[in-house]
Amino acid sequence: METKLKPDFLSEVASIPACDKINECIQCGVCSGSCTTAEHWEYPPRKIIAMIRAGMKDEVLNSSSIWYCVSCYLCTARCPREIKPANIMHALEAIALKENYKPPTKTTTMYRSFARSIEQNGRIYEFGFMLEYFLKTNPFAALKMLPMAFNLLIHKRMPLLPKAVEGRHELNRMFSNIATGGYR
Amino acid sequence: MEPKIGVYICHCGSNIAGTVDVEKVAEYARTLPAVVVARDYKFMCSDPGQDLIKNDIKELGVNRVVVASCSPQMHEPTFRRAVQEGGLNPYYFEMANIREHCSWVTESPKEATEKARALVSAAVRRVYYHQPLESKEVPVHPDTMVVGGGIAGIQAALEIANSGHRVYLVEREPSIGGHMMQLDKTFPTLDCSACILTPKMSMVGAHPGIELLTYSEVDYVSGYVGNFRVKIRKKARYVDDTKCNGCGTCMTKCPVKVDSEFDERLSKRKAIYTPFAQAVPNVTVIDREHCTYFLKGKCRACEKFCERNAVDFEQEDEILDIEVGNIILTTGYQLFDPTPLKEYGYGRLDNVITSLEFERMVNSAGPTAGHILLKNGQEPKSVALIHCVGSRDEKYHTYCSRVCCMYAMKFAHLLKEHVHGAEVYEFYIDIRSFGKGYEEFYNRVQKEGTVFFRGRPGEVTDVALTPEEKGKLIVQFEDTLVGKQRRLPVEMVVLCSGIEAHKDALDVAHTFNISIGKDHFFTEKHPKLDPVATMTDGILIAGCCQGPKDIPDTVAQASAAAARVLALIDKGKVEIEADTAFIDEAKCSGCRVCNLLCPYNAITFIEKDKVSRVNEALCKGCGTCVAGCPSGAITHRHFTDQQINAELEGILV
Amino acid sequence: MRYYAYYPGCSMEATGAPVEKAIHTITKPLDIELVELKDWTCCGSSPFSGVDKVKAMAITARVLAQAEKSGLDLVTPCSSCYTILHEANDLMKEDHKLAWQVHEALTTVGLNYNGTVRVRHIVEVIYNDVGLEALAAKVKRPLTGLKVACYHGCQQVRPEYGYDDREYPDWLDQMAKALGAEPVNFPLKAKCCGSSLVISETDMALDLIHRLLQNAADNGAQAFVSTTCPLCHTALDAYQPAVNSKYKTHFNLPVLALPQFIAVALGFNFKQTALDGNIVSPRKLLNPYFNGKIPAAAPAEPAQKAAA
Repeated sequence: METKLKPDFLSEVASIPACDKINECIQCGVCSGSCTTAEHWEYPPRKIIAMIRAGMKDEVLNSSSIWYCVSCYLCTARCPREIKPANIMHALEAIALKENYKPPTKTTTMYRSFARSIEQNGRIYEFGFMLEYFLKTNPFAALKMLPMAFNLLIHKRMPLLPKAVEGRHELNRMFSNIATGGYR
Repeated sequence: MEPKIGVYICHCGSNIAGTVDVEKVAEYARTLPAVVVARDYKFMCSDPGQDLIKNDIKELGVNRVVVASCSPQMHEPTFRRAVQEGGLNPYYFEMANIREHCSWVTESPKEATEKARALVSAAVRRVYYHQPLESKEVPVHPDTMVVGGGIAGIQAALEIANSGHRVYLVEREPSIGGHMMQLDKTFPTLDCSACILTPKMSMVGAHPGIELLTYSEVDYVSGYVGNFRVKIRKKARYVDDTKCNGCGTCMTKCPVKVDSEFDERLSKRKAIYTPFAQAVPNVTVIDREHCTYFLKGKCRACEKFCERNAVDFEQEDEILDIEVGNIILTTGYQLFDPTPLKEYGYGRLDNVITSLEFERMVNSAGPTAGHILLKNGQEPKSVALIHCVGSRDEKYHTYCSRVCCMYAMKFAHLLKEHVHGAEVYEFYIDIRSFGKGYEEFYNRVQKEGTVFFRGRPGEVTDVALTPEEKGKLIVQFEDTLVGKQRRLPVEMVVLCSGIEAHKDALDVAHTFNISIGKDHFFTEKHPKLDPVATMTDGILIAGCCQGPKDIPDTVAQASAAAARVLALIDKGKVEIEADTAFIDEAKCSGCRVCNLLCPYNAITFIEKDKVSRVNEALCKGCGTCVAGCPSGAITHRHFTDQQINAELEGILV
Repeated sequence: MRYYAYYPGCSMEATGAPVEKAIHTITKPLDIELVELKDWTCCGSSPFSGVDKVKAMAITARVLAQAEKSGLDLVTPCSSCYTILHEANDLMKEDHKLAWQVHEALTTVGLNYNGTVRVRHIVEVIYNDVGLEALAAKVKRPLTGLKVACYHGCQQVRPEYGYDDREYPDWLDQMAKALGAEPVNFPLKAKCCGSSLVISETDMALDLIHRLLQNAADNGAQAFVSTTCPLCHTALDAYQPAVNSKYKTHFNLPVLALPQFIAVALGFNFKQTALDGNIVSPRKLLNPYFNGKIPAAAPAEPAQKAAA
């Protein structure tokens, strides 16, 4: 099923901080060749960049590919044109969430829960964030994590109560000031 | 004689006349001081246009000429010639650029015409003060020096020597031959490299017109085109080259083993050695950094066994002082060392090798007698060849090294030929097979069964994730034409490294006073129209020292440089532009500031007179010394203060 | 005494708690004073930059602005926080539009950032400011004969900080050697543990962790010396039982974060080294050292800087 091409997609991505060199890609494939999680990507990193240049916005943002980036930065360290594919993937994630794309991955929910935890507490409250995430996605998966969570708990590495810092008010003031919608 | 100025406004078709009101400008010119005639014409550079000038000189007594047309870069020589043919000194001519500086840079006729008037007015006032100048001629010494004894230097030296002129061929290694001597077969013909090179090397060695100076380097160069003085250091070989006949006995007796540079450290040579069997000259040299006698004062076995008494431990460096008219630099390249690309494992993993190491292995005269071998002595059943190592990469060299695609495919062919049943894989970004027979060679290699993957690998690793990968080198890459990451286990990886400039290229450029680019390749005078000359007249470049290239292009450039040199030798003299600087010795205070300012080293201080003097052959008329002289003692011919001030007045009026 | 502004990062209070405790154990003996930022908030984090880059930058800038007030270098143990703080510093210098938006946000909370903070990783601080010789001189309990795989992780060396090799770094190896141990060859020393996605892509992360454990074991390691990053430590330590369970393996490789390792070598007791917080217990492996059964050799020679 062919979706409509969006020719502005390239300039949209290229204008995001640290993503400006996307035009210089020679499609050599070193990024995909280096990618730690490439086997899980429907479209490997190099192909994502080709698709951005082709204006295939919907295919890129509806795919789960970019959400597998673990920020290992091997791509960025090795790219012969000094492009930053990892930064590009995270920039695409932000666009996808802002424009409510729904790629088939739970990482979107994880990121949203993570961000919410920070907004509420000023810091990440790991227990609460994980709880919210598992309840939203698959509570039974939480059961598999139970032994590990229990281990962390008894070794005093999993505080059960949130520690909301004063700074969270400042964060929220800053957020209100920043027009929602990224860079425009 | 009273100046009588003729002014000629060119239409240049519609290039000028389309924007500038040429008739109005000519009308204006008639009102200017000392102007006796002002014309406008369609194409001043044409024959009829030039005839206008010549006729006016003859019939109207015009003795100063202004042409308002295009840039002097285009037609100053044309009009100067016309003026000269009309009977005047060519320097009684001035050009006003009312095209590139005027009609081509604005769309407003009003602005263009006004500016054209100002430019013509300036030219008229200036030419009033022009003086007749004579171009100097200097003789050209018929000898030539070629620096670098690889294929480029050998070719250039033979071309010039065959015409009957003497050539000094200076090479810093003990033998000529360069990198081409290390190669096995050359693409695309698969000629044996040594077989086509050694006849030329022999010719050089035997040629009465070539003075071969191996194990020598250029210490110092002075002078200018047609007249260079060079100090060459013949490094001490500790072997008398008039006695040594290359029998090789000393090599068998020497107890010291050193990594062979020629064999890319895959074999050993002795401390007394010739780099390879077909060395020209076939004279040994003692490597004093490893020789037991020089290190500890013992041994001298070579001396004992030499039947010709050729070993001479007392030998010293010899300095030769020579004069040449032209110099050709053919210093070649070095291979990029892939050690910094840690992800490919060169130096860390066994069986990851460079291209020159592969050449030496596959060469039947090499360290493994032509067998391609793993560290364990076995032949590899599968080999990966990675293109673009150190090239097309912002972190190392941004340029493409031009030859790697072709030599990588040559390796694929040789692997199929030497190792029965070997699997060969090429990893490329683009295939650059641009030359004659190159694309056909690519096709042939494909037919032979080499598999091409489009994708530069991310890494080469020995960490196995599956049983098939155990004990192998795994190339992790994306097959970009298919869009999937893959891991391919192979037994050997060849890194197709790029060509880079020698690490001392900057020093060489300084010695010869030529320009060098950011990648340290020597800069040609014009990348398209003058690739073998440099901005320094009399110094030419050819081969890989100018930029990465294959053997056909290297030979072509070497021949081109030789032709350029022969043309100059044939003419016997060279013309020096007349607009040079001139020091009034009465005003010179001997402060020597100008000596330091001159970018061309054209000013010397005369001790006995305590004044500085300009060497007009070297002076390029840049004007720096003129501006810098605190005593105002330096005049710039054809750019005097009077002339420049007049020009400014003309614009402001 | 060297002073630094200190930014622990969210995870150091939770999964990274043992590493954090060990850091504070070793600061005094190493003449380091860490001044924790007051009321610090999250650094912005990878997930947040995947939600809204400008908001994430603002969060990071708040931390930098706080640090700037102290006039000291800003040190963090979390490699992820380090990458984000470092990148924000650079990005705000290059991208003026972004810097303006962030600046506007900061002024609403009475803060200002002038770009003068130097962001540093605590491993780099120990290596460069304390130095191998000083480290070796303070060893009271050399870890002689202990074979360790030194795990640097990704973000301590990438994308680009201008020191230690990005593919095969060896600062942890040099420090381990200075403390008497034997670093083993460990090719995957700077490869990813996958912990940034361990919650949502658990199987994928476990696969990556499995590779690291296997590679260390294959090379004869008895334990890890790991970077201070709490995510890396948790991945190798807390998830090791999960890897064993999934892959039916029997790895028992204690993960000693660098400060824990240093604490042991400096002579602290088991509780002070915070090794009781490790899930894969190092007690059995290290008992001989704590009981003094290993002959106490003279403090190890400071390791020579390994050739690049």
